[in-house]
Amino acid sequence: MSAVQEVTAVPALEAVPRRAMTLGAGTSLIVLALLIAFPLFVKNFIIFQMTMLLVYGLAVLALNILTGGSGQFSLGQSAFYAVGAYTSAILMEHAGMNYALTLPVAGLVCFVFGFLFGQPALRLSGVYLALATFALATAMPQLLKLGYFEHWTGGVQGLVVTKPDAPEMVQSVLSWVHLKMSQDMWLYYFTLLITMAIYIFSVNLLRSRSGRAFMAIRDNEIAASAMGINVALYKTLAFGVSAGITGVAGGLGAIAVQFVAPDGYTITLAISLFLGMVVGGVGWLPGSIVGSAFIIFVPNIAEGISKGLSGAVFGVILFLVIFLVPHGARQVAMVAQHLLDRLKRR
Amino acid sequence: MFATRKLWIAAVAASVTALASSSSALAQKKYDAGATDTEIKIGNIMPYSGPASAYGVIGKTEAAYFNKINAEGGINGRKINFISYDDGYSPPKAVEQARKLVESDEVLLIFNPLGTPSNTAIEKYMNSKKVPQLFVATGATKWNEPKDFPWTMGWQPSYQAEARIYAKYLIKEKPDAKIAVLYQNDDFGKDYLKGLKDGLGAKSSMISAEEGYETSEPSIDGHIVKLKASGADVFISVTTPKFAAQAIKKLAEMNWTPLHIVSNVSASVGGVIKPAGFENAQGILSAAYAKDGADAQWDSDPGMKKFLEFLTRYYPDGNKLDGSVVYGYGAAQTMVKVLQMCGDDLTRANVMKQAASLKSFTPDTLLPGVTINTSATDFAPIKQLQMMRFKGEKWELFGDIMSSELSN
Amino acid sequence: MELLTNQVLAGIATGAIYACMALAVVMIYQAIDHLNFAQGEMAMFSTFISWQLMQWGLPYWVAFLLTLAFSFAGGIAIERLLFKPLAKAPILTNVAGFIALFAIINSCAGLIWDFTIKQYPTPFGSAPFLGSQLISTHQAGMIGVTVLLLIALYVFFRYTRIGLAMRAAASVPESARLVGINTSWMIALGWGMAAAIGSIAGMLIAPVVFLEPNMMGGVLIYGFAAAVLGGLTSPFGAVIGGFLVGIIENLAGTYIPGVGNELKLPIALALIITVLVVKPAGLFGRPIVKRV
Repeated sequence: MSAVQEVTAVPALEAVPRRAMTLGAGTSLIVLALLIAFPLFVKNFIIFQMTMLLVYGLAVLALNILTGGSGQFSLGQSAFYAVGAYTSAILMEHAGMNYALTLPVAGLVCFVFGFLFGQPALRLSGVYLALATFALATAMPQLLKLGYFEHWTGGVQGLVVTKPDAPEMVQSVLSWVHLKMSQDMWLYYFTLLITMAIYIFSVNLLRSRSGRAFMAIRDNEIAASAMGINVALYKTLAFGVSAGITGVAGGLGAIAVQFVAPDGYTITLAISLFLGMVVGGVGWLPGSIVGSAFIIFVPNIAEGISKGLSGAVFGVILFLVIFLVPHGARQVAMVAQHLLDRLKRR
Repeated sequence: MFATRKLWIAAVAASVTALASSSSALAQKKYDAGATDTEIKIGNIMPYSGPASAYGVIGKTEAAYFNKINAEGGINGRKINFISYDDGYSPPKAVEQARKLVESDEVLLIFNPLGTPSNTAIEKYMNSKKVPQLFVATGATKWNEPKDFPWTMGWQPSYQAEARIYAKYLIKEKPDAKIAVLYQNDDFGKDYLKGLKDGLGAKSSMISAEEGYETSEPSIDGHIVKLKASGADVFISVTTPKFAAQAIKKLAEMNWTPLHIVSNVSASVGGVIKPAGFENAQGILSAAYAKDGADAQWDSDPGMKKFLEFLTRYYPDGNKLDGSVVYGYGAAQTMVKVLQMCGDDLTRANVMKQAASLKSFTPDTLLPGVTINTSATDFAPIKQLQMMRFKGEKWELFGDIMSSELSN
Repeated sequence: MELLTNQVLAGIATGAIYACMALAVVMIYQAIDHLNFAQGEMAMFSTFISWQLMQWGLPYWVAFLLTLAFSFAGGIAIERLLFKPLAKAPILTNVAGFIALFAIINSCAGLIWDFTIKQYPTPFGSAPFLGSQLISTHQAGMIGVTVLLLIALYVFFRYTRIGLAMRAAASVPESARLVGINTSWMIALGWGMAAAIGSIAGMLIAPVVFLEPNMMGGVLIYGFAAAVLGGLTSPFGAVIGGFLVGIIENLAGTYIPGVGNELKLPIALALIITVLVVKPAGLFGRPIVKRV
């Protein structure tokens, strides 16, 4: 308990130097090429898992912007994810809207929601903000079950979502080379496209003036405000952007899973996203995908090792990771970079 | 020379016959993915972690039962390969595991997946892939729709069915009752409530108060206080084991003695009544379709003896007092029966056909008089329940076996 | 009017549960400036240990004291083994560590003792308290023990040297070290005490909610909320916070029409956040002074 806090002490969140904020151009292209090529060689189920990898990666990316970028803790991303998912599902099932159009709507709705939530959150920081976001995440499933909304949300039963087929144009082009694109593959490429767009947007956001404002607030809020930065605006903006991206991720998730229900958006999801951010490296955007892979595949691995103790095995693996690389995948990348540099110098 | 020719013809005839008979035998064996001459792969999804982990024991019981069948020679000579995955009671995870089972492990069918949200999430997928989603482990009423979902079938009596039986009973025995309902605010609780109201029909105003609770609440005492204040003299507890026990205890502490009805899900002597205290549970009503491991009256029942032997040999950690263990045994036994009926035609279509042709099948653990019946238009295997009253340290069955159709 | 008093009393009864847990939360916060997500699971595990000891025949109070000692040692051990190496790591990494600990303890408890509920005895009996049908003797006992714990903690922090050393180590670690206080061991001590208090909370709560591996999940959320409401620097605030949360929740459920019942927890949390916005350090917490 610190009744007196030294603001000049080490900030709670580490700054990620701008240079290191993304992968180098070469590495990025290789990763991209891999992501584009591999669906041609694997089964539909793996493609589905990779789609979910991208979806959760987006959500972790959003959290990285919020926590790593602007320094605001959030344990409540699952709430925004849920709102995005339900918005997409309701628009698709009740209003017959085309699935692609529901995503910007979901993003916008969540942006507003996040922005509004950011207002009261302005006065809170650290553990208090964590609790407030935690409260939001806990409240969301109950709000979704509410009797008033049952007609739209399906209440406890949830809503079944229809999965889209690849569009006619793509199908006809592919039929020239005797290839057929499955629903899963189409959805994967669609998700990949959106993920890339949002990733590029986020990188540019963090490199822009707004990004610098975020980071100034993260490192030393009082100094930032003394320098003329509109702290209130940027903090709520960060919440809004983060919520918006999470909302888009939620919408994509709803389409991929073909089902939305309150039980799928509990505090467990928020905690998983948080873990994904830590494992990937807080504030390091490319790490989002590593974090996402961790939260999707490690529980499966843990279950494979021991069904009765799957939670314990997961916890042990998590401990190993944070002991070895406390700064997450970013640390691994930095070490690799370091080694490469030394090799180059030889 | 003549003899050699005869021998020659005989040899040819013999080999042709042999070839013909073996090829016709081959022609009778039909397999879909997951079934071979030596193995049948059965998939399963259970919450081994997360909020519903108490039900994980069902999966463990079923795994042990299939081990027993394998030790006894398997089904028509084929061993069962039971692949069970954890979904943590989360629908997206359930979808992932179902896809894994069907597309990666290539199972013949998915048996007894647990949880209404999880099953709703995978229902469309299973039906579009034409993979049987058999004997789902949930009492939601919607699993009996062969026209729309021909590949999905329930097993246990539906919650609405059970609730209607209680409603019938109350209309007959206590037509002037004021009913207070405590229900879990999820698909289970809401389905029940609907069944109660439908069953009471015109008299649904008998319900004077209803209180929903969330599983995240540590204790439901505040709800009970409110319900008592409504002046009700009947208390219906649509709760899962932990909360049912809390309710029983709180009612006793408050000295409130309405007619207490508890849902079958929480009627387990070992899982609910004993922890709550036998002295607090006297006179509670419920309904059952299976025998209770705690009830000594079944000690010499041949079916229960087989169940207890199974526990000793194949699942010593299993608690016979836990209703979930009894449940797993009964469901697994039904699955084995269906597969036996399939013979050598192990296509998915035939599995559904046989599942829809069960006539008066009685697993070891169902109450005498309760039988499993299915048909092409009836995908609800168990439809009967008998009411019971708690006396001393066990349940006493009373009345007739009641069928839960809405029509009466 | 009667319903109001009833609900308030019932709220005080459940509030005692939250107050107990909140004390443990405040304890750990005093030591490490953070909320330990695994606090509830540690309390649950300790309660299971005491249950197991009683299953093996030990009388209640012997099992109680042994469990206290075990929890204290266990808390210190966990801190030394798992969290001291993370002392230099970023805070968020530590939080991930808490979550990992939660998963491990919960899973192990489920494997060892399975997920069916178990009855847990109470030394206070279950009869109605003073004839009131709303508060049982056990719940009255629970409130009593919580108040005693509170007084003990207050005396410890105010009037003992170690208490002073712990407060100094948490508050201004640099200066504390200069005066010769071993700050590292103060943290370990804090963990041990928090674990011990948590185990008391668990052993008091179990008779009401029934013992099973998932019993503390909901309680922990309420414990956090109560601690934050009362002020994370004030054990007294934590206890008051606990009772307030219990009462607010019950009243919200009873009197807010329509949604009140289905949104009990969200409403309670929303109220707490509102309080925080007005009084950022909680009702009784010391305001945090930021030195620029």
